Amino acid sequence: MDLSMRWLKDYVDLKADVKQFCSDITISGSKVECYSEEGAYLSNVVVGRVEAIERHPDSDHMWITQINVGEDELVQIVTGAQNVKQGDYVPVAKHKSTVLHEGKEVKITKGKLRGVASNGMLCSLAELGLTVHDFPYAIEDGIFILGDDCDKTLGKDIREAIGFNDTTVEFEITSNRPDCLAVIGLARETAATYNIPLNVKKPEYKGVDGDVNDYLKVAIHNTDLCKRYIGAIVKNVKIEPSPRWMRERLRACGVRPINNFVDITNFVMLEYGRPMHAFDLRYVEGGEINVRNAAPGETITTLDGVERQLSPEMLVIADAKKPVAVAGVMGGEYSGIMDDTTTVVFESACFDGASVRTTAKKLGMRTDASARYEKGLDPHECYEALMRACQLVEELGAGEVIHNYIDCNYQSEEPKKVDFSAEWINRFLGTDIPEAQMIDYLNRLGIKVENGKAVSPWYRIDLEVKADIAEEVARLYDYNNIPDTIIRGVANAKLTDKQKFERSIKEAVLAMGVNEIATFSFISPKYFDKIRLPEDSKLRRTVTIMNPLGEDTSVMRTTIIPSVCEVLARNYSYRNPEAYVFEMGNEYLPVEGEELPAEPVRLGIGVYDTKDSFDFFDLKGIVEGVLKKAGVKEYEISRPDDSCIFDEKVSFHPGRAAVVTADGEQLGIFGELHPEVCENYGIGTRAYAAKINIPELMAKGTPEKTYSPLPRYPATTRDISVACDASLPVAELEKAIRQAVGSILEKVTLFDVYTGEQIEAGKKSVSYSISMRSHEGTLTDEQADKAMDKVVKALADLGAERR
Amino acid sequence: MKEQLRSIEERAKAELEKVSDIKLLEEIRVRFLGKKGELTAILKQMGKLSAEERPVIGQLANTVRADIEAAVTEKQKQMKAALAEKMLAAETLDVTLPGKAPKVGRPHPLNAVLAEVEEVFLGMGFDIVEGPEVESDYYCFEALNMPKHHPARDTQDTFYINENVLLRTQTSSVQIRTMEKMKPPIRIISPGRVYRSDAVDATHSPLFHQIEGLVIDKGVTMADLKGTLELLMKRLYGEDTQIRLRPHHFPYTEPSAEVDLMCFNCHGKGCSMCKQEGYVELLGAGMVHPKVLEECGIDPEVYSGFAFGIGLERITMGRYSINDMRLLYENDMRFLEQF
Repeated sequence: MDLSMRWLKDYVDLKADVKQFCSDITISGSKVECYSEEGAYLSNVVVGRVEAIERHPDSDHMWITQINVGEDELVQIVTGAQNVKQGDYVPVAKHKSTVLHEGKEVKITKGKLRGVASNGMLCSLAELGLTVHDFPYAIEDGIFILGDDCDKTLGKDIREAIGFNDTTVEFEITSNRPDCLAVIGLARETAATYNIPLNVKKPEYKGVDGDVNDYLKVAIHNTDLCKRYIGAIVKNVKIEPSPRWMRERLRACGVRPINNFVDITNFVMLEYGRPMHAFDLRYVEGGEINVRNAAPGETITTLDGVERQLSPEMLVIADAKKPVAVAGVMGGEYSGIMDDTTTVVFESACFDGASVRTTAKKLGMRTDASARYEKGLDPHECYEALMRACQLVEELGAGEVIHNYIDCNYQSEEPKKVDFSAEWINRFLGTDIPEAQMIDYLNRLGIKVENGKAVSPWYRIDLEVKADIAEEVARLYDYNNIPDTIIRGVANAKLTDKQKFERSIKEAVLAMGVNEIATFSFISPKYFDKIRLPEDSKLRRTVTIMNPLGEDTSVMRTTIIPSVCEVLARNYSYRNPEAYVFEMGNEYLPVEGEELPAEPVRLGIGVYDTKDSFDFFDLKGIVEGVLKKAGVKEYEISRPDDSCIFDEKVSFHPGRAAVVTADGEQLGIFGELHPEVCENYGIGTRAYAAKINIPELMAKGTPEKTYSPLPRYPATTRDISVACDASLPVAELEKAIRQAVGSILEKVTLFDVYTGEQIEAGKKSVSYSISMRSHEGTLTDEQADKAMDKVVKALADLGAERR
Repeated sequence: MKEQLRSIEERAKAELEKVSDIKLLEEIRVRFLGKKGELTAILKQMGKLSAEERPVIGQLANTVRADIEAAVTEKQKQMKAALAEKMLAAETLDVTLPGKAPKVGRPHPLNAVLAEVEEVFLGMGFDIVEGPEVESDYYCFEALNMPKHHPARDTQDTFYINENVLLRTQTSSVQIRTMEKMKPPIRIISPGRVYRSDAVDATHSPLFHQIEGLVIDKGVTMADLKGTLELLMKRLYGEDTQIRLRPHHFPYTEPSAEVDLMCFNCHGKGCSMCKQEGYVELLGAGMVHPKVLEECGIDPEVYSGFAFGIGLERITMGRYSINDMRLLYENDMRFLEQF
């Protein structure tokens, strides 16, 4: 809501300057976004009179004028405009002034035009930042010749002279206060804030003889959606521009002046917050107003010239045959006020908020009217608004108002009453405000206190419970005067096991040199192709957004892998030499028979490094670091086979991917990304990714750590090298060693894998260092040798011969 | 014999004086003091001496041996020290060469700030709870006193999955889920992702984070709400931090407030950073609406409470002077490594 300060001051005697006002009214509950001064960009532009005018000797279109700006000497100005005569009053931009040129501020200084000195400029409306809507008697292409509605004092600042010096304050009005989408509403708040009187007179009009029923019939066919409809008739209408005071108030509130009748309806809407409409009676067939639902297939061309398809849940104003307006949203193009209109129907009605909201949304046209109706207006103020419109018609001499009016479906309701207890309010707020003070605050807001009840004025639709009354008190008391206290009671909070676990895993990954990222949870379905998911993958079954911003953010991710790839790709495209990233984030997996999806937490890791070496085993080290932190002691790392539960396995290099399994459950997958995936993402280097299921990891881990005693006897270490098939996974060798050595095994360390010279083709040499230790005593050589014999035999069984 | 001993001492000392090689030093030691050395040779002749002379010469011989040994040891020490010094000098490094940094990952700035906020609230006795992001209309709107067609829904452009399921627009949905599960006293925060249909720009993102807070107990007041928020802001931004509350409207709180933080840059005078307002909007808060309590089976005549929702992006951007929200989701390493 844009508020004209000039208009506000019609109702309250405000002393505070605008900056203070903005701050005060914000604190009392009407939030100011900003304020602006009209024509602030103009400087040193004044009223002048053309004393003499003659042709420029060297130009066929320029004129040399002598301008009186109230100073001792006349100012000579050369102009190219053709509409200036001697005696005209004009805006004069003097030497060193600022005006607008094509919407931008420009400085005017003296100079010469074809050899003739020109000490300034005569201004058009556009150069002042105005249009012919603001001064209908002026012309667009030419100098603005000041009319009788302007102050013609020579030398007077032009902004003051033409009333272009208002201040507009922009409010953010919340949806519970449609009464503040009005100058009077804000004047009420101002009066309450400063505890000053509000000067609003009850509007009245005289009226002329005649009977409205001779002109108009009103029928409401849907009384649920139309709570009241008042119609009045103005005859012998004279369509003309409205006076300056009205035009300038509309302009400051951001509404373009059109003509007296359109301006009156807009003026009343801004003043009272009540949308009104004016029809030309000639185009209301049969003089009938039918408030009804649209018939199937009906259309209307609205004032903006667009033909709209109506549907049966929409409420329309129709004449005997066709819709002439969409109720509460916009009027029809053909029934509006025209220059030759002679009889006008004024409509002031109360339409259902939800209905207007739905209709406006469906038609895609949110108007000033619908924005007010949709918040739910009260039926009472329809009357005031209509009275005010009729009063303005008489004041402007715009026509004759028939003395009576049609008032349809009006049911006077009891005002809202809410329990009032000063003691309760103080207890609720934590304050100590005297009861009399509270009652004073409420009275200032028009809320009466009677017999322990707070009685709302009818324009306040939002006061329903005790807490609402408490807020009214608190906001005038000033929230900032409420004391600061600390909540009482025992504070005993702790992180859940899940929260602790997730934090510890994050810490571990950070400590291993991987940076945390935050990515969007929605992705494009195309990303599934990018990571090579098969058409029938279960991961393609997504939670899909009906109204996404675009395809790129249209489905909730079912896998964290594309999010990680995306970040690697972006960093690669930025030419960052390396990226080490992880995210602990949700996947969103639809669950059969459930309304809401599962949102399991996943750890996604992604790495590429063009600077230092990073390979599969570096990634494996990170994954194992996570397993260690989680307390998963027994696990297996193997190539993904048909039993792999991760559909993302196709995103990895087929020979360089691995699945982590613990206790029969697969916890995660990791490896080098498939070259095709890298290509799809434009990553021009080897890249690596991992995904670990956090809840499953937590279930397999043991958070408890127990101390095992430090060894008292020395260890014996034996090395062994074997040759075996190159395809035999070393994990199997290690498993065999472990079993063969048994309880005295302390550690098996693989220290070399070799293929090449001295090794048969298709074979590899694998070397282990085996450390053995007993807790009972120092191991003898015989004991160690015996164990090693078993090892050699066990390895031989796997086809690994000692070298 | 006395002379011989004196001579040995003199010659030994003279040679020790000159020696500069550690091998030669050893040679000298062996020559004079060794089993086949000069001193031993003389002592072997002791038998020839009279009973009176023997102790005198014996004593003298011992003194000479001790003196030479001391001189040798001293020399050894000197030479070792010189050698060590030489070696250390040779190992001198250019200490201005660059260091080798171990790789240490950085937490995302949003989570770094979130961790601080969580710390403050844990200290005040708030548990941390979680709730679903894909949420039903009931928890996100309906139960929060925003029935269908409520105009306040317009201020939160919503992504819908179907007519009844949506991406939550606010973490307030967790309020309802918490009150359904827990009985008062309740003291929780709930951080998480929320979604609104806003195109991405410097200050908007279709996905952002909120931290919801909820306190329900007997006798909880608006003063408690103020005190809690004041404490949080002072912990986050320092003791001289000032906040301002102003009335606002949320359908699920009454009274409702928006909380502004005094602009760091201009201390409330108004500058370009705070759009001349002197304050920066930080969060929304209020006393839980009695209808919301009732909906969750809590008697508003017995219990009262407050709730607040903090925009994590906003406080993070303020904290690190980040001027473009897009940076938070771009995950450029050059950005991430700054935190």
